[in-house]
Amino acid sequence: MDQAGSRQYPDKPTKVYLFGTCLIDLFCPEAGIDAVQLLEREGIEVHFPADQTCCGQPAHSSGFPEQTRAVALAQLRLFPEPWPVIVPSGSCAGMMRQHYPEVFADDPGLQAEATALAERIFELSEFLVHVARVKLADRGAPTRIALHTSCAARREMGTHLHARSLLAQLPGVEVAMHEHESECCGFGGTFSLKHPAISSAMAGDKVDALQETGAQKFVSADCGCMLSLNHTLQKRGEGFQGQHLASFLWQRTGGEGGQR
Amino acid sequence: MSAQPLNFVPASEFKQRAAVAVADEHLRKSFRGAMDFLINKRAAQFPDPEALEGQRSLAEHIRKYSLARLPDLLEQLERKLTANGVKVHWAENAHEACAIIIGIAQRHSTRLMVKGKSMVSEEVELNHAMADVGIEALESDMGEYIVQLDGEKPSHIIMPAIHKTKEQIARLFAAKVPGASYTDSVDELIGIGRAVLREKFMTAEVGMSGVNFAVAETGTLCLVENEGNGRMCTTVPDVHIAITGIEKVVEKLEHVPPLFGLLTRSATGQAITTYFNMISGPRQPGEKDGPREVHLVLVDNGRTQAYSDQQMRATLQCIRCGACMNHCPVYTRIGGHAYGTTYPGPIGEIISPHMMGLAATHVLPTASTLCGACGEVCPVRIPIPELLVRLRGEAQHEARPGHPPMVGQGAARSRLVDAIWSGWMALYTRPKLYRAFGWLATRLRVLTPPMQGGWTVSRTPMKPAAKTLHELMAARKRGR
Amino acid sequence: MSARDNILRRLRAAPQGQTPLPPDVGAFHAALAAAAPVGTRASRIELFCEKMTFWHGEVVRVTRNNWPQKLRELCAARGIRSLLYGAQGEHARALEAAGIDGLKPYDRPVDEWKKELFEDTDAGLTSTRGGIAETGTLIIWPDAAEPRLLSLVPPIHFALLDGDRLYDTLFQAISEQQWSDGMPTNALLVSGPSKTADIQVTLAYGAHGPKELIVLLLVNEEEQA
Repeated sequence: MDQAGSRQYPDKPTKVYLFGTCLIDLFCPEAGIDAVQLLEREGIEVHFPADQTCCGQPAHSSGFPEQTRAVALAQLRLFPEPWPVIVPSGSCAGMMRQHYPEVFADDPGLQAEATALAERIFELSEFLVHVARVKLADRGAPTRIALHTSCAARREMGTHLHARSLLAQLPGVEVAMHEHESECCGFGGTFSLKHPAISSAMAGDKVDALQETGAQKFVSADCGCMLSLNHTLQKRGEGFQGQHLASFLWQRTGGEGGQR
Repeated sequence: MSAQPLNFVPASEFKQRAAVAVADEHLRKSFRGAMDFLINKRAAQFPDPEALEGQRSLAEHIRKYSLARLPDLLEQLERKLTANGVKVHWAENAHEACAIIIGIAQRHSTRLMVKGKSMVSEEVELNHAMADVGIEALESDMGEYIVQLDGEKPSHIIMPAIHKTKEQIARLFAAKVPGASYTDSVDELIGIGRAVLREKFMTAEVGMSGVNFAVAETGTLCLVENEGNGRMCTTVPDVHIAITGIEKVVEKLEHVPPLFGLLTRSATGQAITTYFNMISGPRQPGEKDGPREVHLVLVDNGRTQAYSDQQMRATLQCIRCGACMNHCPVYTRIGGHAYGTTYPGPIGEIISPHMMGLAATHVLPTASTLCGACGEVCPVRIPIPELLVRLRGEAQHEARPGHPPMVGQGAARSRLVDAIWSGWMALYTRPKLYRAFGWLATRLRVLTPPMQGGWTVSRTPMKPAAKTLHELMAARKRGR
Repeated sequence: MSARDNILRRLRAAPQGQTPLPPDVGAFHAALAAAAPVGTRASRIELFCEKMTFWHGEVVRVTRNNWPQKLRELCAARGIRSLLYGAQGEHARALEAAGIDGLKPYDRPVDEWKKELFEDTDAGLTSTRGGIAETGTLIIWPDAAEPRLLSLVPPIHFALLDGDRLYDTLFQAISEQQWSDGMPTNALLVSGPSKTADIQVTLAYGAHGPKELIVLLLVNEEEQA
C-alpha cells in the first residue's frame, strides 16, 4: 500500500479517461459532470468509455472474489491509451489502484495489465492538485464548510490532504474541523445494509459532529459516504446537506469562467 | 469433566446485542470517553510518525521471524524451560487445557486458585471448568475481579471493566464484598479490592498467569502488568501455572524490548508498565520464596489453522495490545460484550473464527466498515481489513483446491446471497444490459420503494437521478 | 500421538514461505543512538529522575556514606515500624549499623511467616542491578539473599540504585549485562509503585503491591544537590 505523498506524478496530460463509478452514475451524475467540467476547464480532454460499469468493490468487500474478478475484468481493458484514469471517488480509486493487482493474482498476464492500470488511477482531487496543478479562483461569498473524507480515501489514497489543499485555494471558504474527523461515517457499502443499527449510530454521530461545526454544508469526495449522510439528515428533517467536492469546486469557482 | 460449550455467535444474536448496545446512551458515552482517552494517550507516545513506522517495521519483522521459526522455537523453549525446572504441557484445544490445569490443581488438593490476567484462560473457559470440579478460580486483576464479582465477562482485553462506572462498582462492592460499605471514591474502592485480594494471595495454593512473551533462548516467561497481582499470583502460592497461546514465543531476549515498548505504548499510552516480570524457573534451594512448581501450558485451540494459511498466519503476529479495538468505530459504539467472544473488536473478528469455527462466528468479520483504523494502528502491522475480507470470502465458499480448509468454511453461504451476487455480476459484466438498467431505473425513479432494508432504518430511501451519468455523457458527446 | 506431536506436526506441515533474516535489534538501536545526542552520566541521572517521578516514584539522592542515615530519616518521617531487608544482602552491614528502628531480616522461607509478612511489615529495602533512564525503571534480580517478595508485599519499597549503573535503554541493559547468558529464577523491571486504572480509567496507586516506591540514588557528593 503506498503512503500518501510517496507517489511520483506525471506531467499534466492533454487527455484523460473518466471512470464515473456506479453510484455517481445512478445517484449523483451531476458530480460526474462537474468533475468533467473541472478537467475540461484545465484544457484536458475527457474520455468516458461507455462500457464502464462498476469497479467491483461491493463484491470484493463482501467476500465474492470470482464475481469481483469478472466485473473488474470487464473494466480492465476499457482504458487502452496510456492516459490517466480519473475517479471521482476515493474508495473506487482505492479499489482499482490498491486491489486490482491482487484480484488477478491467479493470472500473471492479467495481473500485469491490472498493475499497469493501477499506476494510471488517480482520485479526482489528487489529480487536480498533483497532476493538473490547478489554480482555483474563488468567486463565491464567504462561507464555512466541513469536510468528510471516506476512510478509503484517507488511508488508501491520501485524499483528505488533497481535498484540503484544493479548498485552501479558496480564500472565501473556511473549512471547519469536526469532532472525530478521521472516524468512519458508518457507510461501509454493504455494512450499512447488514448492520443497520451500528451503521445508523455511526452515521448519526457523524452528522451531529458535522452540524456542530456551524458549517453551512459539508463537502465530500466520496459519493457513498455523502449519500449515506445526506439521507440520514433528510430522515431527521435537517436542511443541512453534503455536496460532492467536484460540484462544490465547480460552483464556487464560477463554472466556465472560473479558471485563474 | 464436562467441557463448557464455547460461545456460539449466531448472526441474529450479535445484531440484537449490537442494537441494544447502541441504544444504551450511557454505555455509548462511557465507551466513547474511555476510547478517546486511550486514543489520545497512545497518540502522545508517538509524536514522530516516521519513528513509529521504524518501530513497527522492527516489531513486525520480529513477529514474522518468530512465526516462521515457530515449531523450532517452541521446542527450544520447551528444552530450556525443562532444564530450568519448569514443566511444559501442550493442549490442542480448550478441553485439554482445562484438564491439564485441573489435574495439577487436584494433585495439590487446591481449593483456591488466584489468577492474574490471562485472556487465554478466558478463551478456554477455565473458570467454569474449575468451578465444575469445586475449585474456586478467583480473578485478581482489579478489572477482572470486578467483572467476575458481577458474573460478567471482560468487555475489553486490557481494561476488562471499562463498561462500568465507579458508582456501579461502588454498589457492587457494597452488595457483594463482606464488610464493605458504599463508597464511590476510586482510591477507597481499590483499597477494598486490595484488602480482599491480599488475603486470597496469602491463602491460595495455586496461582495462574498468562504470558506476554516466552523467550526460547533462556526459557523465560515475561509478564506485563501495572497492579502487581500478576507478581503475587506467580510468587506467593506454592504452584504457578502459566497458560499461553503457542504463538507467543520469540527467539531471543533482545527481541523483547521492541515488542514490549510498542505493546504498552499502543495499549494504554504508557512508555512502560509498573512491572515487567521475567520468570525462568521455580524456587531454587536456598531461595526463600517463589513457587516450588512452575508449569507452562501451551495452547493451540485453532492457532495452527491460522498458521497453516500464509495470509491468515499474520493473525498470530498479535501482541494483544487492544489498540485495534480502541480505534474501532464499531467497537466504540457497541462495546466488548456485544461480540459474544473472548476477544472483541477487530482482532476478535479475525482470531475467533479460528478458535470457534466459521459456523459460529461468520457474522463477526462482517461487523466492520473496513475503514482501516485498526490496521493503521496495529503495532505489528497485521493487515486486519484484508483478513476480514478474506474471512468473509471463506464464510461464503467451500474450501478451494490449494487452500488449507477452515473449520466452518462456507457456513454463511445461502442460495439467495449467491443468486444476488450472480445477478450483480451478470448485470455489471454486460455494458448494454447495465445501461438499459440505468435507463429504466432513472425512468422509474418515482417507484423507488420507500423501505430499503437496513438502509432506511435511519435514512430516507435512495432514489435514482433523473438521468444517468452514462446518458449525460453520451448527450455531451453528441453535442460536441 | 500426543498433543505436542500433533501441534508440532501441523506447524511443520504448514506451507513455509521464505524465513525472514533474523531481526537486528542492535543495529536498530545503534542507528537511533547515532541520531541522538550522546548520553552523559548527568543526563541519564536527570532523565531517570524525571521519568521515575512521572511514575509516582520518589527519588532521593544519597551518597555511599550517608544513605543509611538518610534511610533512617525517611523511615522515621513516615513512622515506619518495621523495615524488611536481606540479611545476606550486600548492604546489610551498613544498614544494621545505621540504628534504624524495627529492622527485620528476611531470613526464613516465606511459608513460615506469610501472615506477618503480609500484615505486619511496613517497608522493604532491596538493592538493584541497575536502572533504565529512558523509562525511569529499576532492574531487580531477586535471589536467596534478597527474596522476590521483598519488593512486592510491604506497602513501601525502598530501592538502592547506583548512579553508575544507569543504562539508556532496556536493550542496552540486556546486552551489556549479558542477560542471555543466564537468567535468574525471577527478574523484574519496576517503574513506580503498584497502580491501576481499572475503575473508570482513574489512576489509583497501591493496587496490590507497594503504595510508595522510594529510590535511594547513589551519587557523588557534588551530584547530591
